[in-house]
Amino acid sequence: MRTLQARPLAGPSVAAAALVVATVCVLPLLVIGAQATGQGWGATRAQLLRPRVAELLGNTLALVGVTVTACVVLGVTAAWLVERTTLPGASVWRVLLVAPLAVPAFVNAYAWVSLRPGMDGLGAAALVTTLSYLPFVFVPCSAALRGLDQSWEDTARSLGLGRWRTFWRVVLPQLRPALLGGALLVALHLLAEFGVLAMLRYPTFTTAILEQYEAAFDLSAGGVLALVLMGLCATFLGLEYLLRGRRRHTRLGSGVVRRPEPVPLGRWLPVVLAGLTGLVLLALGVPLASLTRWLGSGGAPLLPPELIRSLASTGALAVAAGAVTVVAAFPLAVLLERRRGVLATALERVTYVSSALPGVVIALALVTLAIRWLGPLYQSSVLLVVAYVILFVPRATVSIRAAFGAAPPSLVEAARALGSSPLRALRRVVLPLVLPGVLGGFALVFIATSTELTATLLLAPTGTTTLATAFWSASDALDYALAAPYALAMIVLSAPLTWFVLRRPEEVNT
Amino acid sequence: MSRRLITTATTVLTALTLAACGTGSTTSAPSSSTAGASPSGSITLYSAQHEDLVKEWVDGFTADTGITVQVRQGKDASMGSQIVAEGAKSPADVFVTENSPAMTLVEKAGLLAPVEKATLEGVGTAYRPSSGAWTGIAARSTVLVYNPSKIAEADLPASLMDLQDPRYAGQWGAAAGGADFQAIVAGMLAAKGEKATADWLAGLKANAQVYQNNTATMKAVNAGEIPMGVIYHYYWYKDQAKTKEGSGNTKLHYFKGQDVGAFVSVSGGGVLKSSANPAAAQAFLAWITGPKGQQILSTSQSMEYAVGTGSASDPALPALDSLEAPTVDPSALNGAAVIELMTNAGIL
Repeated sequence: MRTLQARPLAGPSVAAAALVVATVCVLPLLVIGAQATGQGWGATRAQLLRPRVAELLGNTLALVGVTVTACVVLGVTAAWLVERTTLPGASVWRVLLVAPLAVPAFVNAYAWVSLRPGMDGLGAAALVTTLSYLPFVFVPCSAALRGLDQSWEDTARSLGLGRWRTFWRVVLPQLRPALLGGALLVALHLLAEFGVLAMLRYPTFTTAILEQYEAAFDLSAGGVLALVLMGLCATFLGLEYLLRGRRRHTRLGSGVVRRPEPVPLGRWLPVVLAGLTGLVLLALGVPLASLTRWLGSGGAPLLPPELIRSLASTGALAVAAGAVTVVAAFPLAVLLERRRGVLATALERVTYVSSALPGVVIALALVTLAIRWLGPLYQSSVLLVVAYVILFVPRATVSIRAAFGAAPPSLVEAARALGSSPLRALRRVVLPLVLPGVLGGFALVFIATSTELTATLLLAPTGTTTLATAFWSASDALDYALAAPYALAMIVLSAPLTWFVLRRPEEVNT
Repeated sequence: MSRRLITTATTVLTALTLAACGTGSTTSAPSSSTAGASPSGSITLYSAQHEDLVKEWVDGFTADTGITVQVRQGKDASMGSQIVAEGAKSPADVFVTENSPAMTLVEKAGLLAPVEKATLEGVGTAYRPSSGAWTGIAARSTVLVYNPSKIAEADLPASLMDLQDPRYAGQWGAAAGGADFQAIVAGMLAAKGEKATADWLAGLKANAQVYQNNTATMKAVNAGEIPMGVIYHYYWYKDQAKTKEGSGNTKLHYFKGQDVGAFVSVSGGGVLKSSANPAAAQAFLAWITGPKGQQILSTSQSMEYAVGTGSASDPALPALDSLEAPTVDPSALNGAAVIELMTNAGIL
């Protein structure tokens, strides 16, 4: 039976395709490595061991520590309140808590800083990033909580565990993959974040790399910082892998999941409602209020002609990037789900490292490659799309892989056993189950592309502006009124897709 | 089946990539340069200058000559290094900057064609390098913006060098990561030497708040977050000419007396040797440094100084020759050395 299920989808050609994708993703890393070390070990060492690097390392780790902790605590609490208690209007809260996903983090920072101009430093950076990244933890945890079988908890309770201990010993371990996946996503986003931290004047490796590239005439210093960043990223990935453990929580078939009994909130209800309202007001109310204020300020036209042009180019680029990324992620996802092993994991993790690097680092490596070897691709949309693929392929992989998880080999085996040809099994059984995940992956990449900033700045064809670059050039000049329509356009563009992704949160579940 | 999937995927990929290609305005326009005939066709401009100013220049130039200009927007240093990295294959025909060091970088890489003599002669000698490899296109002056409610005029430093003094700890801000500020430091390096500059930068690291750009620095001073800021003059004059929203509470202090703080930075323009349409590229440079281009500097509220002989700057500005700026050959400004000093000081 084993051979039956493995062969149709995870043959050597799939492995080869996955290898090609991973190779493309790893190319920029090699270029950076060569740039950083090309000046000789002594010089690299000197650049690595200077006080500024320690300062940036401290800043970066402090931000990751605070924001990841805050996201985990708030995300799990909110997910549990929404999914497992008698909270009134749970489905509304679910939407409200996920909606910040549609507000790009740098738009959120813009909203805060334009209302409170003096805002900066660790506190401000942690506040804004927590509010922006909270859904990364909330979404998978909420989906996982919804899918849990109450009977496990009942068993624990009947064996004498109290409610809290049941939560710690039964619920939390089952949440672990979702929780760790979410926390990892937050940490990786923080490593690559540029816009928010530049606006809030909190220097980390990424902002320093951009500063180096902007200022320095040789790329080696920026390359050294990028190397450190790569090391950090690899550390987080390894940590998550170790913490996740080898344990799997499975049930056979969807069976009959007993809907959990909601926990009564009782006298805690006012506190809970006040807390959630506060959270939503901070995460959604502030950006919306700020945007409304600047749109209504009359300081700039609401619909500048450039807006239409950049909207069109952003849309086209995002569609192309979404489609190509999904295609590129497919072999990786198949390999991971069907042939999980050292090779698959290694390939997946490689794509994670590249995607955790700031866009500008990938972009500069691609520029170097293109100038040397790929002349015609230089400053073409093709190269820009390649950069998007490298940056966003894990998003699609995660989503597609989860979808394949929903179509376990046993289903294919059953279909085969009932007489379906492999092709028919694929078409009738696997595809319908996988398609939503594929679309989900597309949507995630579309959203990420439509707000990507630093790679776009460098690689966009001459004359092409996107919503993100236009927004950035206005807000960088602190012309908040001019930036507002672009911010709104980015939200409008990604909101429907965010909605689509959220309707099927299971697929975003890492 | 996986093969079929891959084939389908590849087809989709190709189609979409082609679709995406069509969205940019990348069409490699035929650029013709026939000697003798008047220049025509199109050119690509790598611009690190302010977008609105460049747009007025480009629109005026295209209206006059029919030559179309594709603008690629960037920042001084990164765009300069980009051109160096591109080398002979650079798509750029013309490069314009906000400050001299990036221009000098490209000049030193041997990538610039000499500027036509007539163009050079139209620009004051103080505002172009002695080499003639590029020319000044505009100029800006260093100023100290301060908030009189936070610091009394009498307590202002007499020289930019004084800002390293511990008594100014936490008292001033600057956009140290930007090319504007680095040009000022390059002027300091040329005038005072390496030791004095390194000491001053150590003082900056200890005393100053670093902002992301001049506007942010000025607004922080205006909001009273910090008493003083080192910026270029035109950010202040632009804001004053509009709403005064970011500068209403502030005043400018000019250092004068050939102080390093009175440094006037020259924005540069040059034609790339590798240009496919050098005649049109030279025509563009001639146009922006000529009467019409220079007049845009004074009428567009860009508030940058005109450098063309006989061209007037905006009347709101103090005359350029009244600023008592130190004399520096623009091509003597060493951007790379400044970056190294700033990196050593832990600023970058």
